[in-house]
Amino acid sequence: MELLSGADMLIRSLQDEGIEYIYGYPGGAALHIYDALFRQDKVKHILVRHEQAAVHMADGYARATGKPGTVLVTSGPGATNTITGIATAFMDSIPMVVLCGQVASHLIGEDAFQETDMIGVSRPVVKHNLSVRHPEEIPEVIRKAYYIAATGRPGPVVVDIPKDMTTPNERYEYTYPKKVKLRSYNPAIRGHAGQIKKAVDMMLAAKRPVIYAGGGVILGKASGQLTELTRMLGYPLTNTLMGIGCYPASDKQHLGWLGMHGTYEANMAMHHSDLILCVGARFDDRVTNATEKFCPGARIIHIDIDPASISKTVEADVPIVGPVDAVLKEMLSLVKESKTRPDADALASWWKQIDEWRAFHGMRYETSPDVIKPQEVIELLCKLTNGEAFVSSDVGQHQMFAAQYYKFDKPNRWINSGGLGTMGFGLPAAMGIKLTHPDDEVLCITGEGSIQMNIQELSTCKQYNLPVKIINLNNQALGMVKQWQDMNYESRHSQSYMESLPDFIKLAEAYGHVGVRIEKKEDLETKLKEVLAMKDKLVFVDILVDRFEHVYPMQVARGSMKDMWLSKTERV
Amino acid sequence: MRRIISVLLENEPGALSRVVGLFSQRNYNIETLTVAPTEDETLSRLTVTTTGSDKVIEQITKQLNKLIEVVKLVDLTEGAHIERELMLVKLKATGSQRAEIKRTVDIFRGQIVDVTSSVYTVQLAGDSDKLDGFIQAVGTAGVLEVVRTGVSGIARGEKVLSL
Repeated sequence: MELLSGADMLIRSLQDEGIEYIYGYPGGAALHIYDALFRQDKVKHILVRHEQAAVHMADGYARATGKPGTVLVTSGPGATNTITGIATAFMDSIPMVVLCGQVASHLIGEDAFQETDMIGVSRPVVKHNLSVRHPEEIPEVIRKAYYIAATGRPGPVVVDIPKDMTTPNERYEYTYPKKVKLRSYNPAIRGHAGQIKKAVDMMLAAKRPVIYAGGGVILGKASGQLTELTRMLGYPLTNTLMGIGCYPASDKQHLGWLGMHGTYEANMAMHHSDLILCVGARFDDRVTNATEKFCPGARIIHIDIDPASISKTVEADVPIVGPVDAVLKEMLSLVKESKTRPDADALASWWKQIDEWRAFHGMRYETSPDVIKPQEVIELLCKLTNGEAFVSSDVGQHQMFAAQYYKFDKPNRWINSGGLGTMGFGLPAAMGIKLTHPDDEVLCITGEGSIQMNIQELSTCKQYNLPVKIINLNNQALGMVKQWQDMNYESRHSQSYMESLPDFIKLAEAYGHVGVRIEKKEDLETKLKEVLAMKDKLVFVDILVDRFEHVYPMQVARGSMKDMWLSKTERV
Repeated sequence: MRRIISVLLENEPGALSRVVGLFSQRNYNIETLTVAPTEDETLSRLTVTTTGSDKVIEQITKQLNKLIEVVKLVDLTEGAHIERELMLVKLKATGSQRAEIKRTVDIFRGQIVDVTSSVYTVQLAGDSDKLDGFIQAVGTAGVLEVVRTGVSGIARGEKVLSL
């Protein structure tokens, strides 16, 4: 039997868990752990410049690979700096383990140097958190942490490790548990057969069906089953912002995404449907608009791994609790077996109606001969990267434009903070993706507001050679705030301008990268091509775009799904 | 509607704070809360009384079930059940009041558990309405101090909440 210190047990547990990367930042309470990390080479550590970025990096990694991310920080400020990142992961159900140093046990509660009650502070934004109370427990705690983070509805798990749990000269027997059993945690492994049967009967009888898919399809690795089922039925599909890529955007059955800035046809189809098959989505307020006016004629089937997501905001007629892949697989075989076929006539007239809606708006926007429109930057990027890039975004107008105009045909490639809406997410998330996808194009689509929230990470990019392309849609204002002020506050632009923007080109150069500014419309394509040709360089592309552009469609506040602004002047 | 939710919880540090935190994070209401270890020392039994619409109560039970340390729970108000609360109340008791209070305590089947020349301390168990009724009967003017344990509950008949 091997004898190891707590710190060595921790690192060995991570190795045995198959962890490739840790993102983190050292400090007093974590120093024994950092020393153990130094004495091995299996788990690689990425040193960030701010702990929040470590969490977003782990998050980007998790979203792109489907595997849980890992963060290591010290106690006190190191731990509290991770909170925004943890909350971001929590809202989007991203699997992650955050290892936090803590002051030694005998000092806890004494307001010791760099002491924070991380268990208490993190509690509302974690799936679970665990404290180490004895060094011998470390392997089991780590196994539990990853198990909880990655199973059921995934989420972040915090592990609090007092410094005396990792003392180098106290050694204990090490074995890594193969299995973990928790009597009070048993996520569903299949859906209820009777409910699934009932749902399939309803689906086959529907006249105006819509499939509404969410991030749960991507997290549950069920894109294949969803695509097969959707094609077999011939029904229209819309997905949420988080579900982008769960079904190919270029497919004719795809209506684009729905909700506040969703497509006209997706929102119209939802409103007028008689049956909604919701797969791994949660009827978020950015999707439903006013719930009392939500899809009045629709019966709702809701598949979700988390029972608490069902009938939380919108009542489900047929709730199905279970993993989406297993449930969809069962639905597929029931549809195949069934003698009933979808009503072809009803479906044909439903598609005719949808095609009319599609033609009516079609994501049009006004172009200008000299001003660069943000939408055209995204369309061009999509064309130049064949729609194959990994795209991380920050939060605001650029996020909506990226999601609307970049067409994703594959899951795990659109990476954004959908639930929490965290500005500063984009760059570190892109770094986490690039690290494990060195040969893929990784774009960080951002704005001059968001990028400054974690811009220090340009330094980390230099250290680890992470040649992401930062596309800064610079409209010299906090665009989404300004849009709301235009629409709801008679254009009183309270605090939505930044008057001293840095010279981003010089800034990029100061960090050892390349900066490119694009001001003229005629330069856009050539310069973007040049940028994408610089394979081994991080390029910060500062693009001056139309300062007055708004994101449309936009649902009218407190209206139904079908109440939208389609441009600054058209309301339907 | 008022509900009594009974929860078996892992008897671990921090588990209670998760339950209490959940109620405040999600804007649910706690009226009373009691918690103590059970005959199985790895488990605590927690009883919470709350109010809310059916939809809110459904969310409360689902969200509670999501907490890793919640092993099992039941909404006792869904079936026949017994609820009890213990109250200790200190009453001003001088002169003719002393006999009067004694009579009321007897009617409510309470006990006087401590006596001084001017104060009676009364112990009373029952459902919450009965305890309220006692306070009303003796009149708030004479009440010096009240302490109530909050509701504990158990299902009637064969039904048990156990592993």
